[in-house]
Amino acid sequence: MEALEDVVKEGVDAETVEAVKGVAGKYKYGFATDIETEYAPLGLNEDIVRLISSKNDEPEWLLEWRLDAYRRWLKLDEPDWAMVNYPKIDFQNIYYYAQPVSMKEKPKSLDEVDPKLLETYAKLGIPLREQALLAGVEMPEGERKVAVDAVFDSVSVGTTFKEELGRAGVIFCSFSEAVKDHPELVRKYLGTVVPSTDNYYATLNSAVFSDGSFVFIPEGVKCPMELSTYFRINAENTGQFERTLIIAEKGAQVSYLEGCTAPQRDTNQLHAAVVEIILLEDADVKYSTVQNWYPGDENGVGGIYNFVTKRADCRGDRSKIMWTQVETGSAITWKYPSCILRGDDSQGEFYSIAIANNYQQADTGTKMIHLGKRTKSRIVSKGISAGHAQNTYRGLVTMHPKATGSRNYTQCDSLLIGNKCGAHTVPYIEVKNNSSRVEHEATTSKVDDDQLFYCLQRGVGEEEAIALIVNGFVKEVLQSLPMEFAMEAQKLVAISLEGSVG
Amino acid sequence: MLKIKNLKASLEDEDKQILKGIDLEIGAGEVHAIMGPNGSGKSTLSYVLSGKGGYVVDEGSATLDGADLLDMAPEERAAAGLFLAFQYPVEIPGVGNMTFLRTAVNSQRKARGEDELNAAEFLKLVRIEAKSLKIDAEMLKRPVNVGFSGGEKKRNEILQMAMLAPKMCILDETDSGLDVDAMKLVAEGVNAMRNGKRSFLIITHYQRLLDHIKPDVVHIMANGRIIKSGGPELALEVENNGYADLLNEVA
Ligand SMILES: Nc1ncnc2c1ncn2[C@@H]1O[C@H](COP(=O)(O)OP(=O)(O)OP(=O)(O)O)[C@@H](O)[C@H]1O
Ligand SMILES: [Mg+2]
Repeated sequence: MEALEDVVKEGVDAETVEAVKGVAGKYKYGFATDIETEYAPLGLNEDIVRLISSKNDEPEWLLEWRLDAYRRWLKLDEPDWAMVNYPKIDFQNIYYYAQPVSMKEKPKSLDEVDPKLLETYAKLGIPLREQALLAGVEMPEGERKVAVDAVFDSVSVGTTFKEELGRAGVIFCSFSEAVKDHPELVRKYLGTVVPSTDNYYATLNSAVFSDGSFVFIPEGVKCPMELSTYFRINAENTGQFERTLIIAEKGAQVSYLEGCTAPQRDTNQLHAAVVEIILLEDADVKYSTVQNWYPGDENGVGGIYNFVTKRADCRGDRSKIMWTQVETGSAITWKYPSCILRGDDSQGEFYSIAIANNYQQADTGTKMIHLGKRTKSRIVSKGISAGHAQNTYRGLVTMHPKATGSRNYTQCDSLLIGNKCGAHTVPYIEVKNNSSRVEHEATTSKVDDDQLFYCLQRGVGEEEAIALIVNGFVKEVLQSLPMEFAMEAQKLVAISLEGSVG
Repeated sequence: MLKIKNLKASLEDEDKQILKGIDLEIGAGEVHAIMGPNGSGKSTLSYVLSGKGGYVVDEGSATLDGADLLDMAPEERAAAGLFLAFQYPVEIPGVGNMTFLRTAVNSQRKARGEDELNAAEFLKLVRIEAKSLKIDAEMLKRPVNVGFSGGEKKRNEILQMAMLAPKMCILDETDSGLDVDAMKLVAEGVNAMRNGKRSFLIITHYQRLLDHIKPDVVHIMANGRIIKSGGPELALEVENNGYADLLNEVA
């Protein structure tokens, strides 16, 4: 028998689903840049791996590392445990490398970058100029600056504020540059957090990654500005495989932001990234993501398949990692930013807002691996589902025998808009010592008609009302974002749910 | 001000008529009270007037200063000056009371083509209104109605009413759940807002509130109809004798 509550809600929910249809057309970053692009031959084989490596003038050891990963990948099967459904990906029908022809000769400075590329980023609200601007949020002169590394398809277009950061000892550059300029650091840390054997998509990434960002904060340095990377997929039928490596030495501090968008197309595109973060003693890293890849249209046609492996290794005692993610895009999201709490008293935090509308599917969460003594972790996940979307929180918390006196607190809340969508919570908990404590709370609720009517009766319009209610629901997570970003994220939350009520 | 003619309304999902022909006219500056047994349709009338989903109007009309209420979206009715203090105010987790109030005030101003209030102007107004209702700053910062006691929720409704300065105020059992002092505060709040241009429709079960807010007209509603209207003495009669005699009179 249907719950009484459902019976009462039925009428409005039908309207809700109807109205949700308008949303996909509102993706604001769906334009494509008309730019001459050079592709690697279609499909994947060892020659493609070699080609990508040679494009970046890589040393022999890195090519071997890639080839090893490629050979291993051939023997792996695509995982199917996540709560996502999609047609089998034809890995031979993807371009693994695409770069604007104008980027063949790497520009020596931002002034030399193809104006079409600069224009694209300006249109996205990410001007590649050395001034204090981020995503259209203007900051008064002299306020905090944000350095940007801009990745366009398979290559980094440019990185701002490199010199100013260099004076503080901070290295912030594209991954390919790091391989050339700091090979010893790359070789020392690459694959030490996410080994090339880690999982299907990470292994694929290890074979074919083309570019990404590299960050090194030396001992005792507090990075003088926010760092950010903006990923843009432009070329059709092309996969983007980026690799990010962040190293925070003893006592180093950095806050890093990542944004991503893609044109609106009716074919699916693959994005498989790897992010590795290494934290030594007392290091403090904040990593925030606003993932806004094209989500597909209202019928579930098109959109990015986003398979991402992100992991931080708190090697040093008292180190602290904080992941914050706002996941509004992608047709499919498969992503579990994780924390290995190896150092004693190290801390991991994960704050997540995942919004799935129309036919989007999100399977996301985190892993907290407690290895050190008195390690602490906190997970706050807010999932919002509308339309026909499915949203799953999948989390793992393990307390190893030596992780005595450790603590975890997990809170997962789901909000449903309409009655054709779903929310799922899949928590795995393993505690192998008896002095540690794990707390888990989960709730599922609906945007309630009475709440909506209350807002309407006070004169607040429908769209604003839903944004108000949803922003209230995700408030805790928004508060953990860097301030400049929180406002953007709040707007984004409203945009991704536009039209989701009748 | 408010003119309701032969208003009939049913539940959308069931073939059940709740309002069976309401006629009611409230002039500018007047205070009317509605009393009536549980389930007689008092809240339904307030919902139909304010545009809540789930009801269909079968017949009749309702106008506010000549404008057809039934033809407007709920937020348009609000902007036109219709306010409903809910019998059961809802909680909105995570949304600060102040944020909510300011969004509401400015949405209405925008809809009427007026300038929005800036943060300072707004704050000044809230402080004054909150103080007279003895609502402390702590309560203003908390999420809308979350963890508020029954009486606090009702006072919060009156705060919203004061801030929005509507011309037609419907109060649905605002007195229920209030202690004696809180009821005085609410009554004072309402009386302070009374003027020649603002009208009130007060739904209540108790004469008590009407001791403080003196109504011009009292209506008795039963089974979806107004069965009797009169002066303040009608409320006293109900208080003393219940509805039985009145119901027999019409039967
Ligand atoms: N959405 C609904 N679904 C089913 N029945 C409803 C609904 N709304 C109102 N009713 C019914 O309509 C009748 C009138 O209800 P209403 O809430 O208007 O009464 P009331 O006069 O406000 O009562 P009270 O004094 O108890 O507040 C009741 O029988 C109630 O059960
Ligand atoms: Mg009622």
